[in-house]
Amino acid sequence: MESDEYEVMQRVPLRERPEWSDVTPVPQDDGPNPVVPIDYKPEFVETMDYFRAIYVADERSSRALNLTAEAISFNPGNYTVWHFRRLVLEALDIDLQDELDFINNIAMNNSKNYQIWHHRRWVAEKLGTDAADKELEFTKKILSADAKHYHAWSHRQWVLLALGGWEDELDYCRELLEEDIFNNSAWNQRYFVITRSPLLEGLEAMRESEVSYTVEAILAHPENESPWRYLRGLYKGDIQSWVNDHQVSLLCLRVLNTKSNFVFALSTLLDLLCHGLQPTQEAKDVVAALEMSGTVEPDSDLAKSVCFILEHVDPIRANYWRWRKSKLPHAT
Amino acid sequence: MEKSNIQKMGGLAAEKHIQYILTVEKRKDDFVSVVMEHLRMSGAYWGLTTLDLLEKLDTVDVDEVVSWVMKCQHESGGFGGNIGHDPHILYTLSAVQVLALFDKLNVLDIDKVTNYVAGLQNEDGSFSGDIWGEVDTRFSYIAICCLSILHRLNKINVEKAVSYIVSCKNLDGGFGCTPGGESHAGQIFCCVAALSLTGSLHHIDKDLLGWWLCERQVKSGGLNGRPEKLPDVCYSWWVLSSLIMIDRVHWINKEKLVKYILDCQDMENGGISDRPDDAVDVYHTYFGVAGLSLLEYPGLKAIDPAYALPVDVVNRIFFGR
Repeated sequence: MESDEYEVMQRVPLRERPEWSDVTPVPQDDGPNPVVPIDYKPEFVETMDYFRAIYVADERSSRALNLTAEAISFNPGNYTVWHFRRLVLEALDIDLQDELDFINNIAMNNSKNYQIWHHRRWVAEKLGTDAADKELEFTKKILSADAKHYHAWSHRQWVLLALGGWEDELDYCRELLEEDIFNNSAWNQRYFVITRSPLLEGLEAMRESEVSYTVEAILAHPENESPWRYLRGLYKGDIQSWVNDHQVSLLCLRVLNTKSNFVFALSTLLDLLCHGLQPTQEAKDVVAALEMSGTVEPDSDLAKSVCFILEHVDPIRANYWRWRKSKLPHAT
Repeated sequence: MEKSNIQKMGGLAAEKHIQYILTVEKRKDDFVSVVMEHLRMSGAYWGLTTLDLLEKLDTVDVDEVVSWVMKCQHESGGFGGNIGHDPHILYTLSAVQVLALFDKLNVLDIDKVTNYVAGLQNEDGSFSGDIWGEVDTRFSYIAICCLSILHRLNKINVEKAVSYIVSCKNLDGGFGCTPGGESHAGQIFCCVAALSLTGSLHHIDKDLLGWWLCERQVKSGGLNGRPEKLPDVCYSWWVLSSLIMIDRVHWINKEKLVKYILDCQDMENGGISDRPDDAVDVYHTYFGVAGLSLLEYPGLKAIDPAYALPVDVVNRIFFGR
């Protein structure tokens, strides 16, 4: 859109442009003797002085729209300019598809900016369900550069809830997790989909297939915090099923048997024991083997042994594990 | 002289940081000065609170700050990020906090500010940031903190505000910006502090959240804001304050965190950065110093983890002089 004409390099000062000759710029008022004086670049000062003039005059015209584009190119965080731009857009009855293109250009370099996302949502909301595909594509593009982009995920969740487009979302999560199994945002989105998608049957119906998926992910990288928390989340509100599901305790033992990257496996085993899991002989043997290979004194109480080991293998959180130990019910 | 001061502070280059804060906005032709223009109110809060924690607030001319702050107020009662900018709840809290630092809350028309903030509460209990309606748990905290400072919490529906925040709780015990949003240490601070200020901490699974928060500490001693992200000094504040409010701060390694923050100082020109050897800014300088204050670093005033103001300021607000 118009913003491309005003590249900073060949910028013609506003005071030399005939279409602005009737406007008197309004300078910034920092108070008489500013405590925190800011020195700005002259092009920025001039643009803002003209912006202030049209803002005060409440001029909702196409040149005002162009000027907001220029001001935004200097500082995309200036929310007042964005606000005024929306008022102008409303007044001019402009095709909002063009506005999405305008945001695309700005967003590529300024995607961490709250205003852009808020503006984008305002436009998408006005366009309605027709915008769903375009919005999902847009966030996909941002996420392809930064797969944990908080604003992009937040926008994407809003699009799904408000405009729909759930069909491919679980596949999309799988794709992202294939690229990076450590991506906590993608795990969070996966949980969002299985608990909220109107096309799926809800958490309990999804549990079996999700548990298998998660177990595989954990076995590939047992040091990955996200799937361990996801696994626990699959049994939300149903701790008994979690304790009784052999897949969970078996998973812990399989990881512990490898004797490497086992902190989350061991802490999960600890949680299971605290919630009443009766340890098998195999579990006792596996933990004993870890004790043998370390400097830890064997203890007859399995949960206590687990805490001892955790305290030693995860020393930065030693206080946490000591606290867990102090909270254990007395051994029988 | 400066050197001996650094020695005295045991590693914190306090004098350098004071100089940095006092001159930060005077740099010419700086990209940062352009992007800071619209959030100068928050910049003022970060800088002035840092000065106060370093016991140097008296180097600032109170009347000048107060008159500038009041010029940013609108007819609606809300404050803009600078003169001539639209009102927003973000800058309204910063303005109230700055006035509180100087014991100047009496210049405010309290009902007017209250009406602005209370007017941003939505039917579901959430808060919008301004008239354009963006919703985020950050704004819930801001509204609650602001009205609590003004003794006007009774002007909003606290019960609904709390239930909205609780609806943003995740399976890991943390909180996101809206229901279903990923847990993020910054959002967690906002939600925990809002629940703390409304006496609603019982909605939090403290052990689960405490564990998630202490898992944020990485080998270097620094804290990240989400799993598998890089550590950043600002999380010293978001994570630590949350841990303190839920009484689990002893679960992290404090010595290592202190060292990480000190490693992020610019020993030459003052200021603190996100990670060692990066460029400093006011935001990270504030969060670094505030983090050290929470860690009871010597020579710093204590800061309140929920109000994000020095404890003596909070005491003055609630218990008088």
